[in-house]
Amino acid sequence: MAPIIQFKNVSKSFGINRVLGSMSLDIISGETLTIIGGSGSGKSVTLKLLLGLIMPDEGEIFFEGKKITMMSEEELVAMRAQIGMLFQGAALFDSLTVFENVAYPLMEHYNYPDEKVREIVAEKLELVGLPGIETMYPADLSGGMKKRVGLARAIATNPEVILYDEPTTGLDPANTNRINELILELQERLQVTSIVVTHDMASAFKVSNRLALLHNKKIEFVGTVEEIQRSRNQMVQNFIRGEIGET
Amino acid sequence: MPLSTLYNSEKCFFESLRHLLSRMGKTMLQYADYIGGAALLIYKTCSVLIKRPLQWKLIIEQVYHIGYRSLSLTNLVAIFTGMVLALQFIVGLERFGLKLYVGQVVGIAIVRELGPVLTALMVAARVGAGIAAELGSMTVSEQVLAIEAMGANPIVKLVVPRVLVTTCITPLLTVIADAVGIFGGMIVTVVEAGVSPRFYFDQVLRTVEIGDFLSGIGKTFFFGFFIGITACYQGLKTTHGTQGVGESTTLAVVISSVVIFVADYFLTKVFLLLF
Repeated sequence: MAPIIQFKNVSKSFGINRVLGSMSLDIISGETLTIIGGSGSGKSVTLKLLLGLIMPDEGEIFFEGKKITMMSEEELVAMRAQIGMLFQGAALFDSLTVFENVAYPLMEHYNYPDEKVREIVAEKLELVGLPGIETMYPADLSGGMKKRVGLARAIATNPEVILYDEPTTGLDPANTNRINELILELQERLQVTSIVVTHDMASAFKVSNRLALLHNKKIEFVGTVEEIQRSRNQMVQNFIRGEIGET
Repeated sequence: MPLSTLYNSEKCFFESLRHLLSRMGKTMLQYADYIGGAALLIYKTCSVLIKRPLQWKLIIEQVYHIGYRSLSLTNLVAIFTGMVLALQFIVGLERFGLKLYVGQVVGIAIVRELGPVLTALMVAARVGAGIAAELGSMTVSEQVLAIEAMGANPIVKLVVPRVLVTTCITPLLTVIADAVGIFGGMIVTVVEAGVSPRFYFDQVLRTVEIGDFLSGIGKTFFFGFFIGITACYQGLKTTHGTQGVGESTTLAVVISSVVIFVADYFLTKVFLLLF
């Protein structure tokens, strides 16, 4: 199956700090791929590179066969409309209500009448299990609720790809489980391609079709959950056992 | 003196010199980086202003936050400035037997200099700090990144409305502050110098010319623009969490205030040539 997203020998540095070095990765349409790795290993940078928020120093990134590095501002905006992202801290706009937050990407990309926007927002909030909270502000929500509203916002435009940046970090076990269930449910109902970035191994095993270990600035291992669990690669086993952490 | 001691003291001198030059170089680079970043933001803001339609809803929101809510502060400062100015000039001019003509001096001082500069400083303190804190918090909590990730442009959504409103509202606040300041001066002049309100206003109108007024107001467009750009730039370059937000807020006010004073001299020079 042709990959929907490709990273080819991508390198990225911030000042003297090299985060990625000749990193290559293919993501297949419809799969849930989890990128695991220690803190500071470049997982979130990978997501930002994919969205075209930062550009690689070397290498190429392809989205549906098109080079992201060669895209114009308009093409980047059109690509971003096809990608939804759940941020680590949800990144909801404090000054806007839940309704305005979820409606934000819709207002940005489509010229829908108010009634239709209201319907879509209600439907997405229902999907994440938070119906009827449109008038609340982010400050009134718990951490888990914020993440779910963030997820409703990420799927508002029915994107082809959803990016999850540390979706379960900072959540209690019940909310962690709820978010994991939501990732699986959305995958099943919307048939989207999902890229999850996490260092939570239990969540990674639960939601993924494939896992990729990002270590030493490149992808060290890619495989299914079974493959990674059975892998004899010492580095993979060390990471699963928690013996590799911060890089 | 033994040769080794001479050699050591010379080595020490060059080492200190190297350190000094290295620190100076780093500081210069930091200034260049700051000015370059701010210049890039000015360029991006101006290109968006030219190429994209204005977001009126966001602009109206900012008119309320930046303009309407600053009015009481700028007017409070203006009325007391006018009052204290009148009080001081009554004492000073009395020595020459000219205390009846306080209105002339107060009018000129407020319209040409104190009204514009003090209003701009108050806008920098209230609005500049507010913008830097708001955008700084949005930056560290990834809200600015989220705007970009959703295909929107943070310059369009956040910077343009704020810079446009600070640029246009500061002159308006100054016009009102000028009037309030002159009124404050009148209260004190009437009470302390026994001058009638009509005589006071007559003195003000006789002295203050349209060129004085335009020179004062003209400067505030630049002050407002500098305040908006500095605050937005500081906010968007915030790092290091809540501590960074505090630092950005402080820097936004300090840099805006310094820029206002420095620019005031050069703008006054330019406007003196024009009017």
